[in-house]
Amino acid sequence: MKFLCLDCDTQMAFDERNVPGDGTFAAAFSCPTCGRKIAMLANPMETQLVDALGVQIGGRTLRDQPLELVRGKLEGRDDAFVEDGAERADGPPDGRPLWSAEADERLGRVPSFVRGMVKKIYTEYALERGIGEITPAVMDRARVELGLEGM
Amino acid sequence: MTRLRSYRDVAGDDRSAMLAQVQAQRARVRSRLAAVSRVVGVMSGKGGVGKSYVTSGLAIAAQQTRGWTVGVLDADLHGPTVARLLDATGPVRVKGDVVHPAVGRSGIAVFSMDLLLADEAPLRWRDTSAEHAVSRGLLEAGALREFLGDVAWGELDLLLVDLPPGTASLTDLAGLTSHLTGVLAITIPSEESRRAVARALTAAASSGVRVLGIVENMSEYVCGECGARQELFSGQAGSRLAESTGAPLIGRIPFFPGLPDQRAESRPVPPLPEDVVARFFEVIER
Repeated sequence: MKFLCLDCDTQMAFDERNVPGDGTFAAAFSCPTCGRKIAMLANPMETQLVDALGVQIGGRTLRDQPLELVRGKLEGRDDAFVEDGAERADGPPDGRPLWSAEADERLGRVPSFVRGMVKKIYTEYALERGIGEITPAVMDRARVELGLEGM
Repeated sequence: MTRLRSYRDVAGDDRSAMLAQVQAQRARVRSRLAAVSRVVGVMSGKGGVGKSYVTSGLAIAAQQTRGWTVGVLDADLHGPTVARLLDATGPVRVKGDVVHPAVGRSGIAVFSMDLLLADEAPLRWRDTSAEHAVSRGLLEAGALREFLGDVAWGELDLLLVDLPPGTASLTDLAGLTSHLTGVLAITIPSEESRRAVARALTAAASSGVRVLGIVENMSEYVCGECGARQELFSGQAGSRLAESTGAPLIGRIPFFPGLPDQRAESRPVPPLPEDVVARFFEVIER
């Protein structure tokens, strides 16, 4: 998919995406020549098709998680996966970010089928940005920036 | 009026980055399977012909008679049975970027949707919107891709892929793996089965997949008491398919009269006839 600024005849650049959580997504592109911005607004069917491909418009901001599509989309058993050597949510002995009690409680509401993967994504997000403590606000910001619908 | 340029007219990179991500997914599968010597699909155009039994029997035979390291990927997402046949259970261990396969009978590595679904629960994806049917095929193809690319299969002499009835998964498998050794087609003797399997084999040929051979399962009934043989299904689908496709008839497997209690926790897989096993090795090592 490419976006072309007709006035400048220049290919537009990807700026950002937003996943509001209602089954749709939006992606913004801008013209590097004249600065014009446009937004691509996808309906639920289009969003679902992109999701089902296991890709993100504009590219990934974090590397793939193993069985990401299956773990994110399947209605599976709660105890299907166990993280090998998973660290406890309240113990960050190796420079990894702390989880605030509120963030930990919110993480606890994520289905256990995907909880390990979701925790890893937030942890990597915080590590890459030098964030020392994961709070609900950090989780909200990560959701918007990474397009983590429902996490 | 200015001519509107098309996708290919615009030389810049695709900044949606979707194509690059799909290519990266495929590269991951190729990389994961690089240490697997042989990838063999077990297919049929028809359900209920015993693909999973033959798959499990071949896996056990390869491990026990050749000492091979063997993996079995159950690609039948809607009717997964291989994990139970091979006594592989969850939970599935995740470490870093990989998911470890379950370890079944004789140390055979197994991955199956059966490990992920609750008992008696059907395959169901979280999104239940009206558009769900549109993406279901993509999700299933994506699941197969992840089972191939995200599971740490390690170094294997043989990876058997138990394919569901139909041809869609075979096409997906052929597209994802660069070194698919070929497929084994399972049929029962009936004309209905022959017709269904013939369609599947045509699909295999059009995907450029080598047909390693035909196995006719439930070829006859052998009485466990007196050894008398009796026809179970009329027809000669195995030999007719071999003639029409040029693929060898690997062998015929009689219906096993002493199938263990299906309700039992552990059910040994009846061994395959020695001639079937020998011929199978012959064709995959050719």
